[in-house]
Amino acid sequence: MVAWSDQERSIITSIFSNLDYNDVGPKALIRCLIVYPWTQRYFASFGNLYNADAIKTNPNIQAHGTKILHGLDRAVKNMDDIKTTYAELSVLHSEKLHVDPDNFKLLADCLTIVIAAKMGSGFTPEIQETFQKFLAVVVSALGKQYH
Amino acid sequence: MSLTAKDKETVKAFWAKVAPKAEDIGQDALSRMLAVYPQTKTYFSHWKDMSAGSAPVKKHGATVMGGVADAVTKIDDLTSGLLSLSELHAFTLRVDPANFKILAHNILVVFAIKFPSDFTPEVHVSVDKFLAALARALSEKYR
Repeated sequence: MVAWSDQERSIITSIFSNLDYNDVGPKALIRCLIVYPWTQRYFASFGNLYNADAIKTNPNIQAHGTKILHGLDRAVKNMDDIKTTYAELSVLHSEKLHVDPDNFKLLADCLTIVIAAKMGSGFTPEIQETFQKFLAVVVSALGKQYH
Repeated sequence: MSLTAKDKETVKAFWAKVAPKAEDIGQDALSRMLAVYPQTKTYFSHWKDMSAGSAPVKKHGATVMGGVADAVTKIDDLTSGLLSLSELHAFTLRVDPANFKILAHNILVVFAIKFPSDFTPEVHVSVDKFLAALARALSEKYR
């Protein structure tokens, strides 16, 4: 059980209520596929990912980036038990998608960079700390059901 | 994952843009590291003040970025170029090399904040590779 202060809860809900999911989601996924190209292994069926421009304009990647970010909504709404909330998603990523859980951290880092770029100096060290704490809990929960 | 000619070009071009703000970047990255990864504070117990904007953080941020600037000029051979810095970190400072990655992450976050349109995914990957190569060169003399 992770403990959240009132301030941490309000930081997280504030970040997500001010998000343009259709912008930030795709940006984070695109960045992950470019910065850590081995992550492209999970998207073989998505079409042309041969270079950065192809990745940036790929409509499947666009749609999937948005989907992933909306997946975080469940964690935002259930901050007191992210582990249980994501049990099913963890099984999915392990049994069906076969995603190496190390990749969750890579995507989380890219999302942090995208949010930092968006919020500018508003992304203070304190807010960064809370956001990274939240993502670490999500990443841990997503890896929990792997065996 | 060694630096290609394109990586080196990208890093040098991006560095030319960020160099004027190097000290600010260093201070900000260091402050974030100390705040977000509190275990890193163990290396600075001799500082009276570890808060963001404090004199020791400002000074040390500038020192670190000076090292990065130097590394950019030695990008064609980081291992020999950073030999004495590696000896310093290995024998005197004895910073656990895992922390190089942590500081690198925070440098990237500050680049994203200060240069949102220049820090594209393509620049990000080259700079990330460069900082990783820098870390490897710094770790050279450890054992």
